[in-house]
Amino acid sequence: MTDARLIQRLEPAGLRLAPSQVWGGIRLVPVLRDEVRGDLRMTLRTYDDVAAVVSVKGGLKEPGLKYISYVPHGLVMTWGNRQAEAVYGTQLQAVDGKSLKAGPFSIRLLHRMVHREDRRQLRMLPLHLAMEGFLSLQFGGPEIAWAEYSREGLSRGLDPRSESSVPGWASPMLDGALRTFEIHPQQVGLLLFNADVLLSAFVVAHPDDYRALHRTLVEDFYGDLLLQYGFLGDAPELGLTLDDARVSSLEDLRNEVHRMRQDWADFHGFMAGSLFGASMSSTRVYKAGGFLLQRFHTSLDPAEENHIGEAIVGTDGSLEYLKTYRLSAAQTRRAYLLSQLAQCDWHLEDTAERLRTTASDLSLRLRNAGFGYLLKDSVLEAAQRKHRR
Amino acid sequence: MAALAEARVEQVTREDLVMFVNACFSCTGQREFYGDARGQSVSIEFLHQYILGNYRRLYARTLAAGINHFNQAQIILNLLASGSPADARDKAEEGALIAAALRALPPQRAFRVLESLRGRRINNRRARAIARDYVHGRANLAFDAVKYRSKLRAAVSHGHLKLEGELGPFLFRGWKKRSFTQPLLETFRRAHYTHEALYELPYTVAEGLAVKHGISREVFLRRIEPRLTAAERLRLQESAARERGTPPPVDLGRASLTKLALYVLALSPEVRRERHAELDAALEQAAARVLRRAPSPLQRVAAILDNSYSSSGSLEKRRRPLGVALATHYLLSAAAREYRAWWTCPVEEPLLVSARGQTDIATPLLEALAWGADLVVIVSDGYDNDPPKAVAELTRVFRSKLDPERHTALVHVNPVFDSEGYAPRSFGAAVPTVGVRDAEDVPTVLGFARFAEGVALLSELEAYLASRAGAMLQRDAGGLQGHDEGRRQDAPPVEEGES
Repeated sequence: MTDARLIQRLEPAGLRLAPSQVWGGIRLVPVLRDEVRGDLRMTLRTYDDVAAVVSVKGGLKEPGLKYISYVPHGLVMTWGNRQAEAVYGTQLQAVDGKSLKAGPFSIRLLHRMVHREDRRQLRMLPLHLAMEGFLSLQFGGPEIAWAEYSREGLSRGLDPRSESSVPGWASPMLDGALRTFEIHPQQVGLLLFNADVLLSAFVVAHPDDYRALHRTLVEDFYGDLLLQYGFLGDAPELGLTLDDARVSSLEDLRNEVHRMRQDWADFHGFMAGSLFGASMSSTRVYKAGGFLLQRFHTSLDPAEENHIGEAIVGTDGSLEYLKTYRLSAAQTRRAYLLSQLAQCDWHLEDTAERLRTTASDLSLRLRNAGFGYLLKDSVLEAAQRKHRR
Repeated sequence: MAALAEARVEQVTREDLVMFVNACFSCTGQREFYGDARGQSVSIEFLHQYILGNYRRLYARTLAAGINHFNQAQIILNLLASGSPADARDKAEEGALIAAALRALPPQRAFRVLESLRGRRINNRRARAIARDYVHGRANLAFDAVKYRSKLRAAVSHGHLKLEGELGPFLFRGWKKRSFTQPLLETFRRAHYTHEALYELPYTVAEGLAVKHGISREVFLRRIEPRLTAAERLRLQESAARERGTPPPVDLGRASLTKLALYVLALSPEVRRERHAELDAALEQAAARVLRRAPSPLQRVAAILDNSYSSSGSLEKRRRPLGVALATHYLLSAAAREYRAWWTCPVEEPLLVSARGQTDIATPLLEALAWGADLVVIVSDGYDNDPPKAVAELTRVFRSKLDPERHTALVHVNPVFDSEGYAPRSFGAAVPTVGVRDAEDVPTVLGFARFAEGVALLSELEAYLASRAGAMLQRDAGGLQGHDEGRRQDAPPVEEGES
């Protein structure tokens, strides 16, 4: 079923951008919402466990598909007016999943990435939802048993598939940037740039929720560029100028300052152009009341910036929640290779032709991307021999 | 060519001095919202060494410019550490300034300076003479010996000072064993053994002994109450209320303006609303008292007060920028004939202000200019981020296009020292920036603003510093005489200053 509210192109309707605040190499751009509906609220739920095992398919302690990661917190969303005045930290929280002791550590078992807890309450694991969608791209593996694929690859697909990311606290700059950031009264979100490349966007529905969730951004995970570009110099503190020639009264001056604000918003919109305005492929995850939770990814073309993320769209198509993750170049390459293979029904020769290369080169590329376990050893060895020659 | 070079030299000197005096108004080497303590202290130390090395006479005269206590102490130490100047007149003036500044400092800070002489291994003849004169000039040395025992002891042993009567033995030899004829020293001795004597000691001394005796905090606070100084009362309001239910009675009307503002900001909004009339009256009273001391009649004044999140200060300077803004609000409203205030995040009532939101100074500044103020005072840490650097541009265009004749004066008062810029952060060249630590200094720094603007000549700045130095020496001489006449054996508990 296709839904008109599935995001084709990310439009920040009802949102506007305010001038950035810079700390070291990190530039934080506030996202403001002028009209707050107040019927979708988010609260934080923290998990103090070293890791979480989420059953994506099957029961909590049964064998089945699992997603394993460090999950410091989840988000609990409530909708409808019933909870509109509930303040962060005042609700009683239900026990979520199970906590297992493993020596000095504890492991949290959670049921599904998105879990309905009450009639109007949903628990989700932010960004892990998008990441799980990314990991499960072409997860089934080859559908036709071509001779090149290993027995394991044919029977289990990509399982186990893994990706790595960087926690926010790995970058000392990010902590400082979030600490010194001055939250606007109408602020509902944040665009995070490191060395002036967009790393993440985070938007919620209500300003109070944003204020409560602001410092949790340091616990979230980000693309490799957070560290890789973390050693570059400071981001410039930009300053726009006013045009003297157009000012002859205080009213003109006021207009000029207004124009300056507009210029800032346009400029930040341009800086985030790879996310806002780019075409997306989205899949529906959950329908909660009038709200549609979905996850999306951009084109996955290695030549472009790519983001994955999740979003909630309201009944009127307004963007109520957004959280994105910038894929690293290697992650994009992996997704690209898999999608190319899938489009050619996993036939190596056809795919190689599509990519204008040879089958043996493609096998090496697959191995370098971390998918060597899909192919037979003999195929890889042959490719390597050919490559050496 | 030579004239050009001379003009350039003069400009550099003037800029250096303005930067230094500005830094000395605001910096205390403590952590700020954006800068850490290490950066702050390295930065201010460098400035001190640079000015001392290049402009020694002016460096000494800065002592009288109304700078904060931290920097006065630094200047005294640096001057004493670097020997005395060759010129006899300079030497005499410098010595007099050091002695006067030391006497004007709150006693705990002055004794700290003497103790630091030992820490920094400064022990020349002048330093010893300064320490000797200070210690012998104290009105009630026995009280100092009890309250600042370790510091006085350090000063005495380091400077080879001779003390009269029982003080020497009290500080150095077996005060545990013998009994003293001087009542306070005897009380201190007895307080080690009986509870009763403890309550006749200064609070800070009694506090440690109370722990030693295992007296419960509640009982201790109730019984020590008559001995509390006004500053201690103000400081203990919250914690004493927690411990024993009722805070020690405090006369808010007597507290200093900035401290009172900081105290008000530490209260919860509900309490502030409840006690609104009382707090409001106390702040107005404090402001009026400041103006009685330093009258500064102003005409039509607009204040733009920064209550963005960064005005919450740091752990070491909690809410100080906001406190300075609130105190300045009361001060200016009392000083000006017409007055209006704009907060960056609008508040219904100045007393209920809190540090929240972004720094949008451009919008209130435009409103203040439209209102037609003849003096606009901006109290802010200098980080405007909505939009960034808008104030610099706005004021530049305003000056060049709308107000080239300078009908409207703009002053930026900055309570935060920016360690990387070696000065309080400014809003560009069109607004003079002056540093400030307490709102009480605002009249002084408004007088200094014309130097920060860069229009006044170096000779004027030198004359200004010389006149301040002369006034300080005169005040000190007058104070000494008055002191001698009114010297009392039983001095009241000393007020503690904190700037």
